[in-house]
Amino acid sequence: MARVVVDVMLKPEILDPQGQAVQRALPRLGFEGVSDVRQGKRFELEVDGPVDDSALARIHELAESFLANTVIEDFTVKVEDVKAEAGK
Amino acid sequence: MTARIGVVTFPGSLDDRDTQRAIRLAGAEPVALWHKDKDLKQVDAVVLPGGFSYGDYLRAGAISRFSPVMETVIEQAKSGMPVLGICNGFQVLTEAHLLPGAMLGNNHLHFICRDQKLRVENAETAWTADYESGQEIHVPLKNMDGRYVADERTLDMLEAEGRVAFRYVDFNPNGSLRDIAGITNEAGNVVGLMPHPEHAVEPLIGSGRTDGLPFFTSILKKLVNA
Repeated sequence: MARVVVDVMLKPEILDPQGQAVQRALPRLGFEGVSDVRQGKRFELEVDGPVDDSALARIHELAESFLANTVIEDFTVKVEDVKAEAGK
Repeated sequence: MTARIGVVTFPGSLDDRDTQRAIRLAGAEPVALWHKDKDLKQVDAVVLPGGFSYGDYLRAGAISRFSPVMETVIEQAKSGMPVLGICNGFQVLTEAHLLPGAMLGNNHLHFICRDQKLRVENAETAWTADYESGQEIHVPLKNMDGRYVADERTLDMLEAEGRVAFRYVDFNPNGSLRDIAGITNEAGNVVGLMPHPEHAVEPLIGSGRTDGLPFFTSILKKLVNA
């Protein structure tokens, strides 16, 4: 079994008021020196069976058509080896 | 014979009944459509109403866009059937790429509910023919994700082609680019807007104005005269 992680972020030119609200709260919490915060989404897909090229291609298609709206968002797809992580 | 106008109910739709009522007041026959049903019951036009379909999970309109009913709506809209998306319905139309751009959270991060002044910029669509171009109207607005965004090229194209159908006047309630409140597709059969014309159809309720009624009389005239 493998985990595929899809990260979705608003495109750089799109205003992110949530990220700005987080950034403005930082000084109140004693965190200085953070000039910008942008908030995104992370999807963790637990995939049965091997994540081969065709499985990855399908996940890419899923991310492009559904998990992200590419009019306003960019996304990345990464494979995480769950077993290797558990063994650490 | 009058026109039959379908109103889709998704899980989480709120304004489907008000929309049916507005259609009836305009003199057309409202037909309830169900999100799981591909069959549009031979309606002449479809309204996607306001609400929080599928809880607005993922993105507003993102899951509804893949519902069985939308499969048929998308197909028919592309071949000319009039479709109006109000609020959440507008979000569904952008997610379905029947209209360009996308809807995001209000720039001030708050839900907003107010009587909103709009200018009708395009009185030639299937849903706006009973207005005058440049006419100013008041209809209720209530949303969380009302910020219309698109890239500069798309915005310029919409302006150049007269596809900005409605613009906010005096006050931009959500940070929408270029004060855009509603747009139309190239053919003028698909229209989406954030404010709620179906809540402004009777003098006794809401703002006491009937500024929203022409949406529904426009489409009725178009269908009956067709």
